[in-house]
Parts: sequence; structure tokens; C-alpha cells
Amino acid sequence: MYDLLFLVFALPLAGFLILAFGRGRLGENGAAAVGVGSVGGAALVTAGLVAQFLGHPPDGGAYTQVLWDWMKVGGFTPHFALRLDGLSLTMLGVITGVGFMIHLFASWYMRGDDGYSRFFSYMNLFVASMVFLVLGDNLLFLYFGWEGVGLCSFLLIGFWYKDAANGSAARKAFIVTRVGDTFMAIGLFWLFRSLGTLDIQQVLQLAPQAFDSESGRQAVRGIALLLLGGAVGKSAQLPLQTWLPDAMAGPTPVSALIHAATMVTAGVYLIARTHVLFELAPDVQHLVGVVGAVTLLLAGFTALVQTDIKRVLAYSTMSQIGYMFLALGAGAWSAAIFHLMTHAFFKALLFLSAGAVILACHHEQDIRKMGGLRKTLPLAFWCFVVGGGALAAVPYITAGFYSKDEILWQAYAGGHMDLFLAGLFGALLTSIYTTRLILVVFFGEEKTHAHAGHGVSYWLPLAVLLVLSTFVGGLIHPPLEGVLPAAPGEGGGAAQLGIEALSGSVAIGGILVTALVYFTRPRALLALAQAPAAQAVRRFWFSAFGFDWLYDRLLVRPFFWLVRVCSGDLFDQAIGTIPELLRHANVLSTRTQTGRMRWYAASFAAGAVLIVAAVMFRG
Amino acid sequence: MIVPFEQVLFVSGVLFVLGLMGILIRRNILFVLMSIEVMMNSAALAFVAAGNRWGQPDGQIMFILILTLAASEASVGLALVLQIFRRFKTLDTDAASEMKG
Repeated sequence: MYDLLFLVFALPLAGFLILAFGRGRLGENGAAAVGVGSVGGAALVTAGLVAQFLGHPPDGGAYTQVLWDWMKVGGFTPHFALRLDGLSLTMLGVITGVGFMIHLFASWYMRGDDGYSRFFSYMNLFVASMVFLVLGDNLLFLYFGWEGVGLCSFLLIGFWYKDAANGSAARKAFIVTRVGDTFMAIGLFWLFRSLGTLDIQQVLQLAPQAFDSESGRQAVRGIALLLLGGAVGKSAQLPLQTWLPDAMAGPTPVSALIHAATMVTAGVYLIARTHVLFELAPDVQHLVGVVGAVTLLLAGFTALVQTDIKRVLAYSTMSQIGYMFLALGAGAWSAAIFHLMTHAFFKALLFLSAGAVILACHHEQDIRKMGGLRKTLPLAFWCFVVGGGALAAVPYITAGFYSKDEILWQAYAGGHMDLFLAGLFGALLTSIYTTRLILVVFFGEEKTHAHAGHGVSYWLPLAVLLVLSTFVGGLIHPPLEGVLPAAPGEGGGAAQLGIEALSGSVAIGGILVTALVYFTRPRALLALAQAPAAQAVRRFWFSAFGFDWLYDRLLVRPFFWLVRVCSGDLFDQAIGTIPELLRHANVLSTRTQTGRMRWYAASFAAGAVLIVAAVMFRG
Repeated sequence: MIVPFEQVLFVSGVLFVLGLMGILIRRNILFVLMSIEVMMNSAALAFVAAGNRWGQPDGQIMFILILTLAASEASVGLALVLQIFRRFKTLDTDAASEMKG
């Protein structure tokens, strides 16, 4: 079974190639069969791998499949190899399993779109790149997959390219993540200079000795900081978080797959993968936690006042990834990956059911224009209740509770009181904005006439993800022992029960208070909300704390000013003469193409005479 | 009687220039085709003469090659002539100048 590992990567890639070269000749059903089938095949292979991995774990807890040598430069010969261990197996399960459900849903959601097969070719390419990212045994491959998913994210955000706003959202996502990628690339160069290898296992083995001096500690601190820069870019954490809300311009299944379940969690994966480096630089590791804590609070406040259903979910994604970063900062590596997995389940569910709502309301995304959809869209309603419950971490019956509580407990047990309190307050915010979203969309008076979807590709993915978002998902235990070090507070006992009770009551309290305010509408509170100061705060939160405004003033406008100043300088003019010359040469040579055959024959003959004459007179 | 090599080459050159002139001057595509045949045959004549001059069979082999070449060229050329006539209703080569510029 293990030697089929390459299929997980090769099947989606083959699907991409078939769809890309088929160029719409396949028809909608053909494209759906290839696009969904290839990811389904990868999911099947992954299921087989999971069964084998749990039944008969490979020697040393990891299996490496060397396909070929990628390149040979001096002593640097990276193998083209795939490595499967508990961490990458968990990620594979999420990518192919949730990915398959989203592909299946997309085959319903995208029906009738002009770019149907183009959509699936990009999605397949994304899955292939993401699988490559988590399977690569070398940081170079990780980086390759990292850039590949970035490209697919760009292509899919701008999928409806005829609207200029979508194109600029795609460019924004690409450029902002590129800032992080540059940090990461420099970090990788530095790592290679220090250790002479980028093979992940060798890096993890060599690092503790190699960085065991004063200068070594400085170096590893720099490397960890640069890797963190890459991770915050990809995972939309402070200060590179501004691209994620705009990325919602893409089709909703894209938001579910790329901007909620898989790609944006790549930063978490990267830090967990290189955890040894972060453990060698404790202050950077704490910074990871602080970045996560600040982001989760900031995104939580912003989500409270958003009016676009997808933007609420985008900010909630940002804040949940903040939780994962918080866990990484607290040294709770397994808890971060566990939350990554459950988050993939319930956030994919929320995004897909949001897609169902949006399509049912004729591409309406403003929640103020929805309302009362509970009766017309019962399936989407229940998906939102369960997914929202998991997001708000309702105790014991949802998957999100088990992972989020684990994070809070580990932060508490590790003595990170600042992170713990931020996480607890974030849990309150999460339950408030989630409840607000569900109440506004599904309760109250009916404002639009909605048409519920039907068909197996509509309800099956929702149903499967619905089940996984309940406590069933919390029962899945990722096989991370031996890959990631144990967290400080394993097997907490009574203290952990106390934290569970605390976080659970915070979540339920937030839900109850929000529902109470929504249904009773106390007059004093409404008056307070109308006050100018409250409105100003609301606007500030709505703009996500003004980061877009700040970056626009600080970076974008100076850059455009610089471009304008430089556009007429000496170099520009000097370079401008080359195309000018070429244009003249073009006009001249066009004149010789008269279209008269006799003229060609004459110049032919004249040329031949010239050449013969030249040969004769030279010799 | 053996004709001297130079004279044969001279005749061949004259034939070649005549053919070239035909191509350059005539506008009727049939005459252009015929002029091409004349040029080919002048080259073939030069080969035969050269083969005779150095006592080698290669010249005659080349002659047979050129003969087959001319035959196939004539058939392709005539097919093209038919197509051009159908499309432009004329045999004027200058009419088929849509690729100019």
C-alpha cells in the first residue's frame, strides 16, 4: 500500500493536465467526472494509507518514497522523495478527504458557469500542490508546493476575471503573501548556509548541535523569525492578514477549500514541521503565540460587525488560525494540528452551506438582506447550527470544543497566562459573532425568496461534514506521537476539567446573551449602539482596525508615487528607444512583403547572384 | 561528335536565365510553371555534362532525380493552378497577393 503514496500526488496532477489540455471539450459532466474523480481517487488511496498506517506503522514511524534525484549541484543532491509520517498523514486526510467533499459540492455549485472545466483544473492543481507541500521531505519541495498553492489561490480568487475588483483582490492576495514568501526564502537560504542541507529530518537532527553557541542562537532566532514571516503571510496573521477578506471574491467552494480548510493552514504546518528550530528560539516561539492571540482578538472584533456572510466567515477563519498559532506558541504542537483538522471540517461545512445560502438567494451575500431562511433552507440551517456550534466550541457535542479546549488548557498548563486569557476572551467573541450570523440569516422576517438546492452532490458533502463537525470529529485522534514533542500539560485531570467548564460556559454564555439581546432588543442597548462614539468604533472594527487604510498610505501610495516619478527618467527613455527602433525596422520589413511572387523570385535570384559573386571574389 | 563541356554549360546557363526571366516577367501562372520546368532542365543538363566531363555516373543519377522531381512538381503545381483559378477566376499571379504586408 505504501508504494502507492505517489498516487495521492499524481492523480490530481493528472486530472489537472487532462482538464487543462481538454480545454472545455469534455463538457460539464466530463469535467466534473475528471475533476472530482481524481481527488476522489487520491482520497481513496489516502484512506488505504491511513488504514495501513494505523494497523502496521512503518519502521521509525515514517515511510519515505524516493522517486528520483531532482538535481545535482556540487554536494547538494536533493532527492525527489515523498515522506509519510503522522503529521503529513493527518494533513493528507484533511486535504484529500475535505477536498473531495468540496469538489463534489463544487460540481453542483459551479454548474452552468462558463469556466466549469477551468475551475476544476485549477482546483486539481491546487490539491496536487498542497499534497506536494505536505509530503515533500525537503524544505525545497515544501517551498515549491507553497508557491504552487499560492499560484492556485491567485488563479481561483480571480476566477471571475471579468469583474476588475476580483482581479485586484487576486493580485492583492498574491502580492501580500509574496512578502511572506520572500521572508521564508531568505530563511531557507540562511538555514542552508548554516546546516548545508534542507532535508527536513536532517535539519531537525543537526539543528540542536549546530546552533549550540551564542552566534548559533542568534542565527536560529533569525531563521525562526523569517520562517514565521512566511507562515504569517500564508496563514493571514498579523501583520500580513489583509488579503484574506478580499480573497472571498473567489467562488465559495474555493473559499472553503483554499481560504479556510487547507492552504491558509500551511503556515501552521510549516511551524509544526520545523518545531525544533522554534524550540531553540523560545522568544520567537512566544512571539508566534502572541501573533496568534492578537490576530484572533482583532479578527473576532472585526467579525462582530461585518455584513457580508463570507467576510464573517473569513474573519472567523483568521481568528481560528490565530488559535492554532497560539497553540504553537504555547508548545502545544499536537493541539494545533488537532484544531487544524477539526477547523477544516466545520469551516468547510460553514463555507459550503454559506455557498448554498448565497446560491439560494441569487448570489446575495449581504446578511441584512437575508433573514428567516430557516424554513426554506432547512439543510443549510442545520449545517450552520452545527458548524457554528463547532466554531463557538459548544461543549461536548461539537468537534471544535475538543480541539479549542485542548489549546486553552495547554496554554494554561504551560504557564502562558496572557495567551490563555486572550484565547478565552476570543472564545467569547467567537460565540457572539457566530450566534449573530445565524440569527440574522435564519431567523426574523423573510426578506428574499430562496430556492433550496437538490441532488446528491448538494446534500452528501454537507451531511458528511455535518457529522464530522459534531463530537465524531473530536473522536478522531491524529497519530502525532513521535512526530511532534509532547505538550506540557498532557493528561491534566481535575484542572483540565475546570478549564473545560470555564471555556464551555464562556461559549454558552456568549450564545445565550446574544440570543437574549436579539430576541428581546433592550431599548437601552439599541440607544447605546446609535451613539456617535459607538458608531465610530463600529466603523473602525468594520474596516478591520484600519490596516488596509494604513498599508494604502504607508506602502501602496508611496510606491505609485515613486513609479510616477521614475516613469520619465533617463533609463526609461534609453530603454524606450529600443522598441522605437524595432518598430521602424518592422515597418520597413513589412514593406518588402508585397505579396507579389515575381518580386520574391527576383530578390531570390539577386541574392543568389550576390552570394555566388562573393564566394568567387573571395577565393 | 562530343560537344565540349564549356558549350554545354553555356547552353545550360542560357536556358537557366531564360527560365528565370520567364518567372520574373510573365504574370500568367502557367507560363511561370513552364519557366520553372525550363530552369530545372537546365540544371539537369549541367549535371549530365559534368558527369560526362569527370566520367562519373552521379550526373546521370541526379538527372533521373530531377526528372522525378519535375514530374511531381508539375502535378502539385497544376493542382495549385486549378485551385487558384477556382478562387480568383484568373491565372494572374499578382491576384494571389493577400499575404502582403
